[in-house]
Amino acid sequence: MKSSISHSRSESVISGIIKIAGYSAIIFVSLIFVFLLRSGLPTLREVNFESLFGSRWYPIEDFFGLIPLIGGTLIVTIGAAIIAIPFGIGTAIYIAEIAPRSVREFLKPLVEVLGGLPSVVLGFIGFLILAPYLRRLLLLNTGLSALTGSLLLAAISLPTIVSIAEDALDAVPQSYRDAALALGATDWQTIWRVTLPAAKSGVVTAVMLGIGRAIGETMTVMMVTGNAAVIPRGLSALFSPARTMTATIAAEMGEVATDSVHYHVLFFIGIVLFVISLLINVIASAVIFRQKKRSERILS
Amino acid sequence: MIGNIISSMKIVNELFLFVLVFCLTACGYNSTISESNTSASEISYIENKGSDTIVNLALAWAEAYQKSHPNINISVTGGGSGTGISALINGTTDIANASRQIKPEEIDAIQETGVVPIEYVIARDAIAVIVHLDNPIDQLTLQQISDIYSGKINNWYEIGGEDRPIVRLSRETNSGTHVYFLEEVLRLGDKTNNTLFSPDTLLLPSSEVISAEIRDNPNAIGYDGLGYVTDDMKVVAVAIDNQHPPVIPSIDSVNDDTYPISRNLYMYTAGEPPEIMKNYLNWVMSQEAQSIVIDLGFVPLANNQ
Repeated sequence: MKSSISHSRSESVISGIIKIAGYSAIIFVSLIFVFLLRSGLPTLREVNFESLFGSRWYPIEDFFGLIPLIGGTLIVTIGAAIIAIPFGIGTAIYIAEIAPRSVREFLKPLVEVLGGLPSVVLGFIGFLILAPYLRRLLLLNTGLSALTGSLLLAAISLPTIVSIAEDALDAVPQSYRDAALALGATDWQTIWRVTLPAAKSGVVTAVMLGIGRAIGETMTVMMVTGNAAVIPRGLSALFSPARTMTATIAAEMGEVATDSVHYHVLFFIGIVLFVISLLINVIASAVIFRQKKRSERILS
Repeated sequence: MIGNIISSMKIVNELFLFVLVFCLTACGYNSTISESNTSASEISYIENKGSDTIVNLALAWAEAYQKSHPNINISVTGGGSGTGISALINGTTDIANASRQIKPEEIDAIQETGVVPIEYVIARDAIAVIVHLDNPIDQLTLQQISDIYSGKINNWYEIGGEDRPIVRLSRETNSGTHVYFLEEVLRLGDKTNNTLFSPDTLLLPSSEVISAEIRDNPNAIGYDGLGYVTDDMKVVAVAIDNQHPPVIPSIDSVNDDTYPISRNLYMYTAGEPPEIMKNYLNWVMSQEAQSIVIDLGFVPLANNQ
């Protein structure tokens, strides 16, 4: 009797602590968001709209055009996504569905170790080896280009995509595959028509987290993309230098005087970055949600 | 059954590890506290922060000075001239290193805290214009360099070189070297001139990235402190204009002021420094410390004084 009372008391203490931990995460995130808004929104008052959407970023002379930075982030991130998504999902399918058990137990941890590689190390490899190599291979003016950034960002987001997509594929019940194979489907048909659609929401989450990793990455892009604030025009922009929003914040935040216009604009870039990644997430979850509804409709 | 035993062994192992780590960190924590208590009265700390151009020099000075003065601990960090002066304003550093002179608004900010900034010229520096070893260009005028960086000249053949596109390399805008190059070279020292870097100029975060690209890429032109130039790149001779002869940067040509892109390097303190810092700053200007300046590729003051 006595022990059960103390038991329930300790239970309530523990659940209280967990509750505080859970709420504190929400509180911290909203405090960060409030801070971001408070530091970034004065931009709209201090810099006029025309200048903010101008084509020139040169903050020490009060040129605050964000278009080249947004363009730079998009081109580097899209490049990385185009490379990382097929390779990532392909690797996940290989590890989860095709590889023999021994290979699989070796590959999965290996990929996860890759995810722990510090990005500054990849940056060094990028500007010392990859950039010169790409310049010679593709006859570019300089190897410090959006493409080099995309390749390295793909390498950074691959472990995330592979690891989560593999987990999702692994969670698909074996009976699905057995049923498909029993109906006479080939291995490939089973993977493409049964396993992958069944694991879809997990795979999309994997891709989203991978892209999130790429869009937020700073150190590597700063070292290898050349950081020239040029508005990307057409496909050739992938082979020229680009300046991303994250690299801009990282390169300039150390120098800037607190509460100056430049300081507010850097936080405003943070808001833009936040909105872009929010949009990506909302669109992705909307896609998953809509398709789930349709399948429910068919089933009912 | 076997699985259960293995997993419970795992838990025991993890617990053991946890306790071990906890003990180690706890012990370590105790020992550092007692250490700092006993030594606080003996060791004085000097925080020294700022220009990335000066950081290696400041480190070499700090090391040499600590050897002869074991009771003084100087910690040197980089981050850029502006970062150093901001830190001086915030009171998070004792001495700020700067590769440019302090700006009026920064002086105001320090004066708001009730003291005046004090300036020390600690060495001289020249900015070298560098290209790939295979580039046939040997000399440029300031006007030509300005035209290259502002985007008026886009191919090496326009100034007598090979038919290659020019790739312009620069330090980031937070670097004192960048601002100095903008004012003295791109704008030729003319305050009313508002020429800007061409938007496709590569802004690189460190000297290391600039060096790597210059070594590898025959299209590239870059600039950096003379202290960072190595033998595997070509230093271009610079002429003030067509009437003056081009000059290669060297200790002599900087000290007799014939090389056009050279400047003073500074340290700043907020207000009159305490005895310990004053001794250090005096030592920095001494013959002994200035001989280290030469070793790092900068230009010593001693000859001028």
